[in-house]
Amino acid sequence: MTTLDERPTSRRSSPDAPSLEAAIMAALDTVIDPELDEPITDLYFVRSVAVDDQGVEVHLRLPTAFCSPNFAYLMASDALDALEMIDDIGIVRVMLDDHHDSDKINAGLAAHAGYRGTFGHEAQDSLDELRLTFMRKAHTAAMERSLTSLIKAGGTTNEAVGKVLLRDLPSGQYKTALLRRRVAIGLSACPNSRVLVDDHGHPIPDDEIPVKLRFARSVRISIEGNGHWCRGVLATRYEGDECDGTSGPLITNTREKQ
Amino acid sequence: MYEKNGEKFFIVDAHVHLWDARPQNQSNIHGKQFIDCFFDYHSNLSPESEKWDYETYLYYGGKRLMKDLFEDGYVDHAIFQTTLLRDFYETNFSQFRETQDLVEANPGKLTHNYAYDPRDGEDGITEMRKAHAKYGFTGVKLYTAEWHGESRGYKLDDMWSRKYLDVAQELGVKNIHVHKGPTIRPLDRDAFDVADVDKVATDYLDLNFVVEHIGLPRLEDFCWIATQEPNVYAGMAVAMPFIHTRPRYFAQMMGELLYWLDEDRIIFSSDYALWTPKWLIEQFVDFQIPEDMTEYAPITLDQKRKVLGLNAVNLYPHIQVPEELKIKTPVGANA
Repeated sequence: MTTLDERPTSRRSSPDAPSLEAAIMAALDTVIDPELDEPITDLYFVRSVAVDDQGVEVHLRLPTAFCSPNFAYLMASDALDALEMIDDIGIVRVMLDDHHDSDKINAGLAAHAGYRGTFGHEAQDSLDELRLTFMRKAHTAAMERSLTSLIKAGGTTNEAVGKVLLRDLPSGQYKTALLRRRVAIGLSACPNSRVLVDDHGHPIPDDEIPVKLRFARSVRISIEGNGHWCRGVLATRYEGDECDGTSGPLITNTREKQ
Repeated sequence: MYEKNGEKFFIVDAHVHLWDARPQNQSNIHGKQFIDCFFDYHSNLSPESEKWDYETYLYYGGKRLMKDLFEDGYVDHAIFQTTLLRDFYETNFSQFRETQDLVEANPGKLTHNYAYDPRDGEDGITEMRKAHAKYGFTGVKLYTAEWHGESRGYKLDDMWSRKYLDVAQELGVKNIHVHKGPTIRPLDRDAFDVADVDKVATDYLDLNFVVEHIGLPRLEDFCWIATQEPNVYAGMAVAMPFIHTRPRYFAQMMGELLYWLDEDRIIFSSDYALWTPKWLIEQFVDFQIPEDMTEYAPITLDQKRKVLGLNAVNLYPHIQVPEELKIKTPVGANA
């Protein structure tokens, strides 16, 4: 289930609107693997996109048959939600290939059965809390990247790092990424906010700062390591496939009226 | 024993398998998916020269195992971590009889750990008692992600799991190796959650919990638990081969483990036949933290000796180490 604030913005078609294919790819770009904190398109989890007069069929695949079904479901249902926001797209079908729960997930997606409708007794609540857990991890990693880079550049010291404010961070990729992740978990983006905070935005007591930063580094290394692992295994699993694990999707478009 | 530049290392491979994943032993599609997943891990992380063909990988037998570990692989002692997967394979994944025969034919070289499934209730406890009377194991391997009937995994702190741990403790079993994997129910929690290790490690202080695969993909959660629980160990199975494909990431993992745990709680293993030990040992002895990673101290030879074998000997004191391969305590230092 996608919460409202995470939904991608609607793409209205206009005479200069990008092609439908571009709109589809842009929509898929908004779907994030919650565990790796990267778009499924960058991870090459999208195998194929087929557009015809009826609609679009998108096939997803993952590094192993035993990837966690909850994350698999999240990504597939987020893809479905994102694609259905596109005007005049027609019927959207998202299929997950080669997974131990493919049949269950594909049937659930086709029926718009929702998470609990798809998994029945195996699910208890919703996936919101799980998603939040990983958005918090992503924030922690982004916070560490920003602060470690500032320390390395001489902009602060290990001792003073707890006092760094958002305004002290140089503009760039790390800061943008941090701000985006702060907003995602409901933290302030005010320039006078402290950077080193807990999951709820509270500053860290002085005596806990070293261990907090140290742990944040472990979180960052863990997320990055999982990314290496998933990319590597996907590439091995689909080596020799028409769409191997190191390239973007096969796109076909047989729609007559564009 | 491995020797390089006059330095000698006693080697314990603390996680090996003798499996049969051939089609005739697969019970269903999941048996194939499982071994295919292992084969992708093997193919992705092995150096080109160490890659096996798929047929060999499905089944390699005891003779090949002995050659890869002891003749070619420098291993002094290896520990079988039994993996049941009985809903996926007809005679389980690990071959019990074949493994036990191999252990008995090679005294002093191999240790055979038991495996149980707490979902078997009282019957499983009776079985464990019988097996312990017969084989006298001191370690068990648990696979919390194992599917069984309608169930797709269990937690270590479930009621029945605790009962089994009580019995293990009573029998004198010391080492609980836990393969954390994606247990499924309830699906809305993190499938790789290692928090249940924390709970039982606190409650069973006489038991050692070796978290196989260092909790990957939850390295940070594993480190956080291990730093607080002195009876939690890092099993390096699956983490080791990154030394080849991702040496900088491997350096970070080692750096994190040495920081959050300590050098006495990191245990080498190849996870054979996922990977073969020879190249892992050679590369680990040559390995050093890159100079630009100033946040981590260099790894010393004695730390490598501990990781490669001596730490596992502390958990399994029946393994005999020649005097010359032990770490020399400096004169005047407290042992």
